Amino acid sequence: MSENKEIIFKVENLRTWFPITKGAFKKVVGHVKAVDNVSLEVYKGETLGIVGESGCGKSTFGKTLMMLEKATGGQVLFNYDGEFRDITKFNKDEMFEFRKKVQMVFQDPYSALNPQKKIYTSFEEPLIVHGMKDQAQREARMQEVLKMVNIQPDYLMRYPHEFSGGQRQRLCIARALEVMPEVLICDEPVSALDVSIQAQVLNLMKDIQKELNLTYLFIAHDLSVVQYMSDRIVVMYLGKIVEVADSRALYDEPLHPYTRALLSAIPVPDIHNTKKRQVLEGEVPSPIHKPSGCAFHNRCPHCMEICKQVDPELAVQNTENGHMVACHLYAEQQKKLQEEKAAAAPQA
Amino acid sequence: MSETKPLSIKEQNKSAASSLLKKNIRKFLRNKLAVFGLVVIVVMTVACIAAMAMGIDYSTPNPTIMKAAPDAAHLFGTDTIGRDLLARVLYGGCYSIFIGVFCAVMSSVIGAVLGAIAGYFGGKADMIIVRISEVFQAFPQLVLVMMLVAILKQRSMGNMLFVFVITGWMTTFRMVRNEFMSLKGETYVKVCEAFGMSKANVMFKQILPNVMTPIIVSTTTNVAYFILQEASLSFIGLGVADSTPTWGNILNAAKSIQVVQNQWWIWVFPGLAISLFVLAINFFGDGLRDVLDAKQQ
Amino acid sequence: MDSKEIILDVENLNTTFISDRKKIRIVKNVSFQLKRGSALAVVGESGCGKSVTMNSIMRFLGRNAIIEADKIQYNALRDGKVTEYRLEQIEKPHGPEMRALRGPEMSMVFQDPMSSLNPVYKVGDQVAEGLLQHNKGMTKAQAREKVLEMFRKLGIPDPEERIDCYPHQFSGGMKQRVVIAIAMICNPELIICDEPTTALDVTIQAQIMELLKEMQVKDGKSIILITHNMGLVAEMADEVCVMYMGRVVEFGSLEDVFDRTSHPYTQALLRSVPVLGLADGQKLETIPGATPNPADLKGGCEFADRCPFCTDACREKDIPMFQLSPGHRVRCLKYQDYPVAEGGEVQAEVAEVQ
Repeated sequence: MSENKEIIFKVENLRTWFPITKGAFKKVVGHVKAVDNVSLEVYKGETLGIVGESGCGKSTFGKTLMMLEKATGGQVLFNYDGEFRDITKFNKDEMFEFRKKVQMVFQDPYSALNPQKKIYTSFEEPLIVHGMKDQAQREARMQEVLKMVNIQPDYLMRYPHEFSGGQRQRLCIARALEVMPEVLICDEPVSALDVSIQAQVLNLMKDIQKELNLTYLFIAHDLSVVQYMSDRIVVMYLGKIVEVADSRALYDEPLHPYTRALLSAIPVPDIHNTKKRQVLEGEVPSPIHKPSGCAFHNRCPHCMEICKQVDPELAVQNTENGHMVACHLYAEQQKKLQEEKAAAAPQA
Repeated sequence: MSETKPLSIKEQNKSAASSLLKKNIRKFLRNKLAVFGLVVIVVMTVACIAAMAMGIDYSTPNPTIMKAAPDAAHLFGTDTIGRDLLARVLYGGCYSIFIGVFCAVMSSVIGAVLGAIAGYFGGKADMIIVRISEVFQAFPQLVLVMMLVAILKQRSMGNMLFVFVITGWMTTFRMVRNEFMSLKGETYVKVCEAFGMSKANVMFKQILPNVMTPIIVSTTTNVAYFILQEASLSFIGLGVADSTPTWGNILNAAKSIQVVQNQWWIWVFPGLAISLFVLAINFFGDGLRDVLDAKQQ
Repeated sequence: MDSKEIILDVENLNTTFISDRKKIRIVKNVSFQLKRGSALAVVGESGCGKSVTMNSIMRFLGRNAIIEADKIQYNALRDGKVTEYRLEQIEKPHGPEMRALRGPEMSMVFQDPMSSLNPVYKVGDQVAEGLLQHNKGMTKAQAREKVLEMFRKLGIPDPEERIDCYPHQFSGGMKQRVVIAIAMICNPELIICDEPTTALDVTIQAQIMELLKEMQVKDGKSIILITHNMGLVAEMADEVCVMYMGRVVEFGSLEDVFDRTSHPYTQALLRSVPVLGLADGQKLETIPGATPNPADLKGGCEFADRCPFCTDACREKDIPMFQLSPGHRVRCLKYQDYPVAEGGEVQAEVAEVQ
C-alpha cells in the first residue's frame, strides 16, 4: 500500500544538535539534541502531522527540512522528479532552487508580515527574488493567490496591522503559495488564532491542498487539530519519533505509552465521556540532560529494566497499515515480524 | 478589479501613497512644538547660509567701535576687537550647523552599518566589532583632539570632524546592534530567509526599515550633541582656528571675567543661538518620531 | 437570594473604556451568579470581554475604564456568618477595602506564568509576600512554613530547595503552580483563573486542571474559569456562561449548555472545535465572517451578521434574556415565546444544584 505512493521526502538519521558554549572563548560543553536520529518518509500529496509537546523537536525538525536550521548529521533526500538529492549537501544555488519547492507557514501571524511594509511589497519581494521581472506578471500571480485564500486584491495596499489574525494567517499562506511549492511545512499555523477562525483556516488549507495537490507537513501540539488535518501522524518526544501511524489508527489503537497519555490528557468537549483521565506524572526532561535509555522511561507507567538502559528502535508493528512504534513493550513482536519478513524476502 | 485596466495596481495606488504622505504631514503639523522646532531650524539655517552667500563682513576688526553694546548699526553689538557680532553669529552658524549635521549623519551611517553586521551575524563578527567599539569608547575625545592638534600642528575643522565621527558612532552602533539582535528572530525575517533572499537584502531591506525610526531620531539629537561638543572644544581653544567663527569660538571670548560681566552681548547671543537651535532640533526629532512609525498609521 | 449559597452575585455590569476621547462599552449588562463551591466556566473568543469582566470585578482596570453595575456582591462566609461586600460601591480600586479582599477572599490566576512572576525575586519570597501583607503579626519563619506546606500540597517537588529558587529555574508547569500558590496562600474562597493553561503543554494542562478540580471538590473553593477551550469546560465546569461581544448570550448548567445548546453562537462554537475521532471526511463547521470591531456595532444583536437564523427583528433593538428552564437562560429571539429572565432574583430561587 505504501509502495504505491510516491515518496517526496526521505529523512535518514537526521540530527540537529545545538552546541552549548561557556566562557568568553565559547568552548562547547554540551549539546541540545533537538532532533536526535530521526528517520521518516513523507509521501506526495499527503498531510503528515507531527505532534509533540515542548522540547520534542518538532519545530526544529520542520525548520531543518526547510534548511532554515543546519543539520548536524544524517540526510534529507528530496524527490526531484524521480531523482533523490540530499538537501543537506546543497550549495547556495541549489538551495535557492529548493526554496521554490518547499515553503513554510509560521506560527505567529502577527509577526510574519513586516510591519513597515505594505502587503503588496511583502508579496512582491519573493517573486522578484525568484526572477519574475514583469510587473504585470507579478501582479497577476499575487491576485491569483489572494483569490485562493478569499482575500480581495485591493487589500494589497494595506499594512499588516489593518488585518485580523485569521486574515494575516491567510495572507501568509497565500504568500507561501506564490512560488508554487510542492510541499508546505506548517509550523503551528493555527495556534495563535481563535477557535472559530481556526476552523476557517483549517478548512481553507484542506481545500487548497486538494486544488493544488500539495503535500503538507502539519506541525502542532494540539492533537485534535493534527488528527483533523492529517492522513498520517508522527508523535515525537525529546527529539525522537516514538510512534507513526495512520490518523485513525493512532486514535483507535495508540501503542506507545506516551501517545496514550497524550490522547488521554486532551480534554474532550463531551460531557458524557466518563473515561478516566490518565494524568502523567513529572515533567518533560531537559533536552540537554536526556535520560539514559528510553527518553520517556522516568514518566512511563510500564517502565522495565531494559528501558532505563537501551533506547528502543522505531520498528513496524503492523505491516498492514504501516503502524510503527519505538517501545520495548513491542520489541519482541517487532523482531518476529522482521524475521518473518526476512524469511519471506528471498522467495519474492 | 484591475485586470481590465491598463494601469497596474501599484500605479493605481500611487494616489493612496501620496494621501498617506499628506496624512503624515498633517499629523506632524498638529504637533506645535515640532513645527516650532522645524521653523526655527529652517529660519536659522537659511539666515546663516544667506549671510555667508551675501559675503557680509565678519572679520574686519574695527578698533573704534570695539566692545560696543547692541545698537541700531550693530544689532548684536561688537566683539573685543570691533567685529560685528551679528555677522559673526550668522557666519558661525553655518559652520556649527554644518559640523553638527555632518558628524551626526556620518556617525549614524557608520554606526548603523556596523551595528547591522554585528547584530545580524552575531558570533565572531559581532565579538570583534564590539571589542573595537569598546576600544574607541575608552578613548577620551579631548585627548584625541589634543593629540591630533599636536601632531598636525594646526587646528582645523577637518581634525575635529574626523575626531567627532571616530568617537561618536558607538551609541548608534549599540542601539542598531540591539535592534538587529532582537529583530533577526522575528518571523518575517525567517520568511524572507525561507524564500532565499540574500543576507544583504534581509539586513538592509527587511530589518533596517524597522530600525529607521530610532536611527533618524538619534541622528537629529546627535546634531545637537555635536554642536555642543564643538562649542565646548572651541571654548577651550581646541576647536577650529580662531579666524573661522563658530558659535563655540565666539564664546571663547567669554573666558575672561571682564567680558562676562561687562560685555554680556558677546556671550549671550552665541549662547542663545546654540540653546535655541539645540532645543529646536530636539522638538523636531520628537515630532518626527511620532510620525515615522508605520505601525501608528 | 440566599447569600450563603451564592458567593458572587453580579448584576448588570457595564465596563466602558475611554480612548482618544471616544467611549466604547466593552462589557454590556453582564449578570451572573456563582454558587459557593462550584465551578463556573466563562467561555468566549478573544474580544468577547470575559477577561475585562473579571478584571472589572477585581478592579484591576486602569483609570480609563468606567465600571458601573447594579450590584457586584461578594458574600464572605466565615464561621457560619455571612458578610456582604458591595464591590461596586468601593470607590478606590487600590484602596484598603479592595486590598483587604484580594488575597484572603478573592484571588486571580493569570494566563501567562512566564510573566506573572517577578524574575528578580525568589519564588518563596513572592508567595510569602501576600501572606505577610495580610497577617501583620506573622514572622518570616512562620510564613516560610506555610509556603512549604502550600508547595507540598501543590505537588512541587523538593520544596525545601525550590523555595529559594528563582522563576527562571522552573519549567512552565511549575511556574504556574507557583502562581497558584501565590493565589491560594491566604486561603481565599473565590479563585478566578484567566486561561491558566493556555501557555502550557497538554499533559501539564491535565495536571494543573486536576489540581484545580481538587481544590474545588476537597476544599470547597469556588472557581471561575475563563477559557476558550470547550474540552476544559466539559471537564471542569458545573455551570457555563457563554459571552459574545461583551454580552452573556447563554447561561446554564453543563448539561443545559452542552446537551440543550440554544444560542446559535454556542452551537457554532461547539461544532467548530476539532474533536478527536471525527469521522473521515467530516468537515468542521465554520462561523462565517469575523468578530466585529466593538466600535462599529450598531443596535440589535451583536451576532446578527454571522447568525444563520437572523431575522429583521434581531437588528432592531437589544435582545433580552429568555428563561428556558430553571437555571438556563439564553439571549436570542428564537426563544421569544419563553418568559423574560428578570436578572438575579428569578435565578436563585429556582436554580438547581449540579
